[in-house]
Amino acid sequence: MSTLPDLRYSDVEDALRASVRDLLADRCPWSAVLRRCETSEPYDMDLWRRLAGGLGCAGLLVPERYGGAGASAREVAVVLEELGRAVAPVPFLGSAVLATSALLACGAGDGADDCLGPLAAGERTAALAVPFATPPGAPFPASVHAEGDRLTGRVVGVVDAVVADLLVVPATGADGPGLYVVEVGGSAVAVTLRTSLDLTRPIADVTLDGAAARRVAGPESAAAALDAALVAGAALLASEQLGVAEQCLETTVGYVKTRYQFGRPIGGFQAVKHRLADLWAAVTSARSAARYAAACLATADPDVRVATAVAQAHCSEVAVTAAEECVQLHGGIGFTWEHPAHLYLKRAKACEIALGSPDRHRAALAALVDLPAATP
Amino acid sequence: MPVTATTSVPDAERLRALVRDFLATHDPRERLRFLRARFDAGLAWVHYPEGLGGLGLPRALQSVVDEEFAAAGAPDNAPRRNLIGLGMVAPTILRFGTEEQKRRFLRPLWTGEEAWCQLFSEPGAGSDLAVLATRAVRDGDDWVVTGQKVWTSRAHEADWAILLARTDPDVPKHRGLTYFLCDMHSPGVVVRPLRQATGEAEFNEVFLNRVRIPDAHRLGAVGDGWRVAQTTLMNERIAIGGGAAPRETGALGVVARTWRERPELRTPGLHDELLRLWVAWEVNRLTNERIRQQLANGQPGPEGSAVKLAFARLNQRVTGLELTLLAGEGLAYDDWTMRRPAGVDFTQRSPGYRYLRAKGNSIEGGTSEILRNIIAERVLGLPPEPRTDKDVPWKDLPR
Repeated sequence: MSTLPDLRYSDVEDALRASVRDLLADRCPWSAVLRRCETSEPYDMDLWRRLAGGLGCAGLLVPERYGGAGASAREVAVVLEELGRAVAPVPFLGSAVLATSALLACGAGDGADDCLGPLAAGERTAALAVPFATPPGAPFPASVHAEGDRLTGRVVGVVDAVVADLLVVPATGADGPGLYVVEVGGSAVAVTLRTSLDLTRPIADVTLDGAAARRVAGPESAAAALDAALVAGAALLASEQLGVAEQCLETTVGYVKTRYQFGRPIGGFQAVKHRLADLWAAVTSARSAARYAAACLATADPDVRVATAVAQAHCSEVAVTAAEECVQLHGGIGFTWEHPAHLYLKRAKACEIALGSPDRHRAALAALVDLPAATP
Repeated sequence: MPVTATTSVPDAERLRALVRDFLATHDPRERLRFLRARFDAGLAWVHYPEGLGGLGLPRALQSVVDEEFAAAGAPDNAPRRNLIGLGMVAPTILRFGTEEQKRRFLRPLWTGEEAWCQLFSEPGAGSDLAVLATRAVRDGDDWVVTGQKVWTSRAHEADWAILLARTDPDVPKHRGLTYFLCDMHSPGVVVRPLRQATGEAEFNEVFLNRVRIPDAHRLGAVGDGWRVAQTTLMNERIAIGGGAAPRETGALGVVARTWRERPELRTPGLHDELLRLWVAWEVNRLTNERIRQQLANGQPGPEGSAVKLAFARLNQRVTGLELTLLAGEGLAYDDWTMRRPAGVDFTQRSPGYRYLRAKGNSIEGGTSEILRNIIAERVLGLPPEPRTDKDVPWKDLPR
């Protein structure tokens, strides 16, 4: 008898996937993504409103009593697979996963609850103010200082911050660490868009200069709430990486069937076939790792940290490999700006760094499964 | 009809009751009598037809029966020692056999009274199996078979073999083959151990010197052997991929324990490699489990090829890592004495054995290269390899 959770997709998840895929096919062809990525509006906020409010995707993790869908991490994972396939320029990961998970982990009664309704409805958007590269288990950040209900400090490389209405900010005050909610808008909050490697999901720097804030978690729960958000983000990012890898594989397989050289489709050459067979096997295994991480997160399984480290260590590398193979096997066209391969390469590489690199996740795993490093 | 876990619940309860009734009326201490009765009661393989060891139920329900018998401590039919018979021969006989053949062969196969082996590969026909040269010539009611087979596991213990032989050399290679059920005790069958790089002989070479096989033991039509063999080979891939084992089993479990118990052996480079392999091993385990869940719900998929491909490479890297980790100790080997193991065990012998035996993983049951071709062509739909031998009579092929 197996004690592992169901790693298949349920009918509900399949139906959700179909709705998201339809919307993205309609509103988010890669040509549109490419056109937008160099403009002053890198995010497609119209698409975001349809996805978040229209389809209810922003509230999947939020319980029904706060106005959410009361779904689970499994459904979120399916949405992320589709967003990854489309390299969709929407703040789903930053708002509906990272910031929402942080607020949910604050616990009832700490004042986070009233933020959740508008976030779940897609009326407002939030970001978690930590560097995007922060892995689960990282020390509580010291870059923002709290004095009463005023925050001062700077956080660099925050994902999805440039379109956020709210920031969930980890800060340290006289009595220790806390999580705070800051409204973006006043002169005390500056969010500066960076020129980012990932054109479809840019990062921004957040500068707080005595910004008004509301504490939603105190010293007893702030560090755990932040970590829970980072675990959720990392566990679910694996599904986005799966989507990126799937799309790269499909695009490449489609291309090598139609590109003729030396009198036959290049997909008929064994050197190409074997590389794509290996890539298919890698994507197949990435799906197992991502599904397991999402399933563990959905049920707060004690294995969730191992599952997350495994999924991140594995899916990060599969997505990067898939994107690199996509560029290479498309040959010259794969290296041009006009072909979408580079959007996927940039997304894949940024995802690999985000929320802990594979090497950091392997180091975390070493501690979790008792395989200690060599002592010098 | 696709089977889901929910629709099978009433069937599962009914089956449990059947097994309990059976257990109440049969003595498990009389092993063979017990197994024969279990077959006759349709509780051998529940998805087989009634009268042939089954009840015509969905395959997903087999686990219910197996669990009930195991929980009662009843004897089983040693499925791990009978992989070829149960996993490959039985489904082929079920699909292509005459009623007489099904009734003659399936029961002793299932109970383990008759052991089976597979006479397919030849010295000149491995990945390109269809080019095989063993000849079968019609002589009255018999066929007379002459040739040499190779890599035959368990031939030295087998009572029967599935045999692929050439019955028409004048047509292209796939069309001139016929499939037979060969009595391994027939005059002219000579089995010799084939020693491997590990020093032991798991396999055999089998010489067939004018072996007579009655036409009644032909499976499928004359010239239709390739199609029959496809069923066997398809089931081989399913039989090789098992269910999910617990975390850290096999060679990885051995090396992880060594790492924990022997801190003096650790180096930074090997630490990184160990963690990479731990992750990959775990991910492969999860894929195996995903396949098991899909199969149990009647949704077979092509993922088994991914598991086999990945496992071969992983096992080779893990066993190589273990040898390096052990440094000087890895230079010793446990025993080169020629022996004939009943099965492959990656945990009981020395690290050197594991390292050498793992080299077979990317060759046995289909090489990794052929597996990649299959994935590329059948899963991804890429163009097939050019076939220069397609319309050439077998006798004119370069060999």
